[in-house]
Amino acid sequence: MSNQSYMVATFRDANTLIKAVKSVRAKQFRVYDIYSPYPIHGMDEVMGVRRTRLPWVTLIVGVSAGLSAVLLQFYTSVADWNLNVGGKPDNSALAFVPITFELTILLGGLSTIFALLLRTRMFPGKKERLPAEGVTDDTFALVLRKRDASFNAAQARQVLEQNGAESVQEKEGEL
Amino acid sequence: MSTTAINTRPVSAAGSAVQVLPPPRWVDGDPSLRKITDDIMNPMEGKPGRGWWICFGLALLGLADLGAMVFWLVANGIGVWGLNNSVGWAFDITNFVFWIGIGHAGTLISAILLLFRQQWRTSINRSAEAMTIFAVMCAGLFPAIHMGRPWDAFFIFPYPNQRGPLWVNFRSPLVWDVVAISTYFTISLFFWYLGMVPDLATLRDRAKGKIKKFIFRTLSLGWNGSHRTWARYEIVSLVLAGLATPLVLSVHSIVSMDFATSVLPGWHTTIFPPYFVAGAIYSGFGMVLTLLLITRQTMNLQRFITMRHLDMMAKVTMLTGMIVSYAYATEFFSAWYSGNIYERYHFINRATGPYFWCFGLMVLCNVVTPQLLWFKGLRASIPGLFMISIMVNIGMWFERFVIIVVSLHRAFLPSGWGMFVPTPVDIGILVGSFGLFFTLFLLFIRVLPMIAMWEIKNVVGNSAHEAPVHHEHVHEEVAHV
Repeated sequence: MSNQSYMVATFRDANTLIKAVKSVRAKQFRVYDIYSPYPIHGMDEVMGVRRTRLPWVTLIVGVSAGLSAVLLQFYTSVADWNLNVGGKPDNSALAFVPITFELTILLGGLSTIFALLLRTRMFPGKKERLPAEGVTDDTFALVLRKRDASFNAAQARQVLEQNGAESVQEKEGEL
Repeated sequence: MSTTAINTRPVSAAGSAVQVLPPPRWVDGDPSLRKITDDIMNPMEGKPGRGWWICFGLALLGLADLGAMVFWLVANGIGVWGLNNSVGWAFDITNFVFWIGIGHAGTLISAILLLFRQQWRTSINRSAEAMTIFAVMCAGLFPAIHMGRPWDAFFIFPYPNQRGPLWVNFRSPLVWDVVAISTYFTISLFFWYLGMVPDLATLRDRAKGKIKKFIFRTLSLGWNGSHRTWARYEIVSLVLAGLATPLVLSVHSIVSMDFATSVLPGWHTTIFPPYFVAGAIYSGFGMVLTLLLITRQTMNLQRFITMRHLDMMAKVTMLTGMIVSYAYATEFFSAWYSGNIYERYHFINRATGPYFWCFGLMVLCNVVTPQLLWFKGLRASIPGLFMISIMVNIGMWFERFVIIVVSLHRAFLPSGWGMFVPTPVDIGILVGSFGLFFTLFLLFIRVLPMIAMWEIKNVVGNSAHEAPVHHEHVHEEVAHV
């Protein structure tokens, strides 16, 4: 995994970048990734990124959490040790709704966040791998990966430069 | 078309475009992305001014007061408060409901307005969310210290224990409350933090010192602005907003059930959940206005927190204020129409009894004051808005006081009637909670970006090319407008 080689092109604005991504893809290059200070709307389609399946995590964990909350409340209030409070029935299902709802939200939400961190391999203290300086400030970068010898570096460089890249550099390492 | 500022928006799947009014601009001037970073980082990189130190000093005094008062309370028991057999809940629960309510505006701005795609939220969402978190921390303090034995507070969680196991009573709204508020705090905290990660990465990449770099590297999770990450991140933000929206509505509904599920006149009413939620948002917007007016003026953020933002916030305040006024009227109507003598007496007593002035203050601040916001001139006046925001804060504190204390002090049998008079400890803890809140908020605006940089860049950057990206045919024409 370690030493890959990449071609990094930087851009000043999102419009030029979008055009460049289109041209690069039209020339049959695969875009490894783009880096930007803010999420560029419409980039998913241009880059051909599939919509994430992370919301399924929310659904699955949320539903399980809700069911567990119902079971917990029935088990403790009806089966394990039923308390007579003001003569109310032990299995007052309606009274169990708020906690069921809250636990659904809590665990659904937390699991989604942790799933995002796992999927994007982010963790506290991770050393950042920046393709170019300023991508978290005002620079946009388009990165192609040289997968094997068939990668036509000269053509790639030409396409990028023709499409307004401010600089095109080749980089070794890991992104 | 290419010579006017009119934006072209697709309206049908066929791709036919019509001319519509240009979208409102939420950032003044046309700052470059670098300029946005510089402007927002400015307060964090320079030395704080004298104004900040004065405010921080006062806040620390308040915090010290809170510490001393809570110590005194725990050492002596809740007898140091003005509570008695008639009025068993007073300042403590009033403060609790007040602070929880403040928090609600933050979630409204960050989650509900995100779902409605209101771009004006981007300048204020970060600080509003911070306000939520600090307000919920202040709120959480009160039920804990009200327990008498706060060291046993963990008994409220349903864990297997050696007392039976004796479980908590899941039918009690007080237990619902604990779960709702813990959930609210946790989700708000994570939502706030996750929203800050891209900005923390910007801070990391600008940090000069080693310690700063280490801290921001730890917090920024290795963020590098990859679009594959952004794409997932945006969907996750939407999912969280979708979860936080019903959550925030449920939290104050559940808080209101602490009262509504009892049989006390003035509390026992089905209107409480929506009434409390509207009141919460109203009071929260009051506090957001107070905080943002101060920070905007003292930290030179006029470019990002524009008069149009203040105007929008004033309008939300007015709307929710009118919902609250309507709820007040409904309460009186139901009391009369119910024919229940205790209910009727309670409302007569509320308006004309010994606490009539609290009721009067509440009506003045929450019914009359928001009506002033019809005037455009007032919505455009900084001192005017500031005054109104303070009135809203005062009014909403008194609303909770009226609901809680006035209902308790003369319920059913006259032999059980009494009066509540706050002791210095009551007042000291109320003042101290403001100390805690402002200490946290003032630290926040010094060490973290109080405006979401990436979201501002998002609004500025994407509005420049939003339409053309999807529709090639308009691209060329709009590009050089």
